[in-house]
Formats: sequence, C-alpha cells, structure tokens
Amino acid sequence: MRRLLASRAFGSVRRLLRAYPGLLRVGLADMLAYRAEFLVWILSMNMPLVMMALWTAVAADGPMGRFGQREFVAYYLGMLIVRILTGSWLVWELTMEIRRGTLAIRLLRPIHPLWAFSAMQLAAVPLRALVISPLIVVLYWVAGARLPTHDPERLAILFASIVGAWLLLFLVMAVIGMLAAYVESALSVFDLWLGAQAILSGFLVPLELMPAWVARLARVLPFRYILGFPVETLIGLESDAVALHELGIQWLFVTGALAMTMLLWRKALRRFAAFGG
Amino acid sequence: MIHVSSLSKIYRVHKRPPGLWAAVRSLVHRNYENVHALAEVSFHIAPGERVGFLGPNGAGKTTALKILSGLLYPTTGKVTVGGYTPHERRVEFLRSITLVMGQKQQLMWDLPPSETFAMNRALFDLPKREADAIQNELVELLQVGPLLGKPCRQLSLGERMKCELVAALLHRPKVLFLDEPTIGLDVSMQAQLRDFIRRHNEATGATILLTSHYMADVAALCPRVVVIDKGHLIYDGDLKTLARRIRPEKRITLHFASVPAPGSLDRLGNCVARSDSQATLSVPAAQVTDAVRAALDQLPIADISVEDPPLEEIMREFLGGERLGAEGKTPT
Repeated sequence: MRRLLASRAFGSVRRLLRAYPGLLRVGLADMLAYRAEFLVWILSMNMPLVMMALWTAVAADGPMGRFGQREFVAYYLGMLIVRILTGSWLVWELTMEIRRGTLAIRLLRPIHPLWAFSAMQLAAVPLRALVISPLIVVLYWVAGARLPTHDPERLAILFASIVGAWLLLFLVMAVIGMLAAYVESALSVFDLWLGAQAILSGFLVPLELMPAWVARLARVLPFRYILGFPVETLIGLESDAVALHELGIQWLFVTGALAMTMLLWRKALRRFAAFGG
Repeated sequence: MIHVSSLSKIYRVHKRPPGLWAAVRSLVHRNYENVHALAEVSFHIAPGERVGFLGPNGAGKTTALKILSGLLYPTTGKVTVGGYTPHERRVEFLRSITLVMGQKQQLMWDLPPSETFAMNRALFDLPKREADAIQNELVELLQVGPLLGKPCRQLSLGERMKCELVAALLHRPKVLFLDEPTIGLDVSMQAQLRDFIRRHNEATGATILLTSHYMADVAALCPRVVVIDKGHLIYDGDLKTLARRIRPEKRITLHFASVPAPGSLDRLGNCVARSDSQATLSVPAAQVTDAVRAALDQLPIADISVEDPPLEEIMREFLGGERLGAEGKTPT
C-alpha cells in the first residue's frame, strides 16, 4: 500500500514537472494578451511612492530612528519591488470561478488547479522583472552599499524570503478564495486581510517606527513575512543571523498556510456545487 | 462502463422571501431547505453506447452529469465510471472522461484556441507526436484550421463550440459527457456537431451521455434515452419504444394538387393541421397503410409523407402525464 502511494506521488510529481513548462508558456501568452491590464496594475502600485514622498519630507528635519531620507527612499523602493514581484491575483480569480462554477473545468483536468493557477501567475514574473529593473538601478544608486550584492549568504536569504513571500500570499489568497464555497463575501474577508496587511506588514510605515507593541504583534502574525521582512532583508536592515531566524518563521507560516490550503481544499470541494448550471 | 445505483443528491439551499426586511432578518436567522435533486436513480450504460439524458429544466440532469464526472459528491448511492469512483477524482479517471458544457467554456477567452490546446496537452501529459496527430485529425474533421490563430473572443458561438470539442477530445477520453453541446447554435451548426459526435463515437467506441433540450440532437444521436423528472428516473429504454407508447399514431402529411372537397379528410384520420394546399393527419400506426391508400384513391394528392410525431410533442406529453420506468415499467 505504502509502495503504491509512493509510486502515485512520484508519478504526479513527474507529470507536474513535465506539464509545468507548457503551463508557464501559455501563462506568458496570457500575460501578454493582458498587457494593458498589467500596465494599469503597475501604475496602481503607487502607494509606496506616496509614502516615500511623505516620509522623506518628514525626515528632512532629521532621521527617525534608523531612517533618514535615503533609508526611506530605499525602504519604499524595496517595498515597490517586493510588492510587484510577489503580487498575486489568485483570490479574485478563485472566488469568481467558484461563484460562477467555472472552477469545474479546472477540476476536470488531471493536475491540481492550484498548480495551474500558480503557473499562470509565475508566468508574469519575467514581465514584472522587466518593470522593476529600473527601480533596482535607482535602489542601487540610493543604497548600493547596503544591498546584498557581494554576500552570497544574504543573497540566498533574500531569494528564499521573496519566494516565501510569494508562496505565503498565494496560499493565503487560496485559503480566502476557497471561502467562496461557504460564504458569499469571501472578497470582503480579503479586504479585511488587506487592511490588516497594510499596517502590520510595514507596507505603509516601517514596523520599527510603529509603537513597540504593534511591532511585537507584527512579528507573530503572517503579514510582515509577506512584505516587511523581504524588504528589510533587501535593503540590509537585518543582520544575517536575524534574517535567517525570520526566514525560518516565514517558512513556518508558509508550511502552516500550505496545510490549511490542503485541508480547506478538500472540504471546499465537497461544498462546491459547481454553481451555475 | 457507467453504473449508477440508488443515486441521490440533496442540496441544502438558503431560502428567504423577497424584500428588505427579509434580507435584514436573514442576517440573524437563516432558513434552509433541502432540495432533492436526484432520488434513488439507477441505470447502467455499456461501453460505446450513446444515451440521451432527458428531462425538463431542474430535473437533475446536470447534477447527475456533474456527479458522474466527479465534480459533485453524491449524498447516497454508488456510482462508477470505467471502474472508477468519480468523486475520488483519480488521475486515470480524469484522463478517461471529458465533460463538454454548452454554457461554460474551457477556451481561454483572449487567446487563440491553439493556446488552450497547448495547455491541455501539457495538463494531460500527452506525448507530442500523438497529441499532434489527434489535434490535426480533430481540426480537420471539425474544419477549424483557420480559427486556431484567432483570439477566442472573436469566434462565433458555433466556431467556439467546435474548438471546445477539439480541446475536450485531445486526450481521447473513453467517456464523453455532453451537457447541451448544441445550445444556441444555428440548425446547420447543430447538424454538423451531431454528425461529428456520431462519427467520433463510431470511430473511437467512446461512450456518450448527452443532455439536450433539442430533440433533434437526441433523435439523431441516441437510440436509448434515460428520462428523469424532479430527480426521479421515469423512463430508461429505447427512444422508439417510448415514442410508440406515448404516441402510437403516425403523422401523414398530404400535399394537394388542388383544394380537396370539404369533409373529404374526415374518414382518413384525425386532422391536426390544415390549409388549402396541405393537411396533416394523425393516424394509428396499424391503419397507416389503409389511410394512405384511401388518400391516394380519393384526394387530389401531389405528394405524401409518413412520419413519427415530433419528439418535442412526445416528450411534452410524456413529462406532462404518463410515467414509465425502466423499459416502460413503473419503477419499484
């Protein structure tokens, strides 16, 4: 029995590895078809720039903690880069597909729909990387010395933290999206999440400038590991030891979110009535 | 190939009366109702059969198809398709079936159909040469070659449905669940799709379970029908037998060379439609020969045809009144 299960699992991984390049290619074609929408999405990412303007003006009178004007510029540029790289639209797609019943079409295919969704979203990364490359140049000019360009260990932590942030947000969106099988207002739940994330992830204000209890609270909640932590790692606000420790916490959240996704997926499928005829 | 025993499905549906007050009340107190979409339905379909799944709107046809394709869990009962339990959604099961829904599409809206085909080839892990050969064959049969590079949103409904069929059949499924595949299509496109489906069944031996509100689809494709109404199976058997039981009469259509004398049709049968140039008579099957002979002898006939009554009429009458079980027997 165990051998049968192992061989089944091995078979699905092999099938997935064979399918994934094809899915990425179609995902890229899909992305290019929606290039105008992509451009509008990029243009809508202006909040970090607004916050940058606000905080650099405030810091003109003197630094706030470790943040002078250059640090604020680096922080919010880093925020913009991480936000663009790790952004996902799964929750909107999943809730819509559950409510309209079109998820049924994905369920008829022999690869888990979340793998197919992930490929479609990862296919956007090359285009996103193209958009953020000028931002990286500016960031290098502002905070070159702090960036982990010559430190392979920090580069590795940064890479893992960005992958972790992408995965965490993707899985959180999957969990909230699947709530659409239970409630009509899953997107309102996500709005709540976004509200909390704006404050507790460091998106609006660096967490170390928040009251100490907020910063402490943020360290035990998942929001910070989606944005604040990778940004702090990128612009060198964390020591290697602290960054490594927080990377561990981030991946614990990823593991928890994955377990929740798998559990909820099974339950949500039983509830999914393939609405809409 | 398909075995369904005592299948029942109950949906729990939130119900509230119209109006603002009812909406506010439903925030704190919700009323639910159990809807019996399927009740103790049993039938079996052999490999290669083409079966029509009929019933009025809300009868439970689509629910049954969704259970058979693994999208829904049955509340009670046992279902197997090709030896698999559908809701377990084994990879081998998913590779052996397809569900085409006339009202839902799998083609990616802003991309050409070729991209959906490419995606399905990846998802179903089809070897390139085999997938190329199948795709080329389907593209040729359905004559969609010139459409492969056009964005899906620019295709007509009929063109999209043809491409849907290519996408759905790329992995050579052994069982085809077709849920109103011709809905909204013009008569010529319906005929083309019917023709394709029949030829596909004959060539590959795939089992076909079809739902359609167009009786022409059923008449052309399905020697056997399973009829359900309000979740209950009310007939399972030969379509012609059902037609004969419900309407044992034949329709004789007479085209006249000149206007016949008044009252001259009365003795031939029950006149169901009449104009100066033609008349349609409903005549018991056993008396058709006599009626035709009499018409030729007594009336200025230019042309004559004998047909079964329209299937739509038969189904309307059947669903409106009589109840028959498997092979015409009352279900026990």
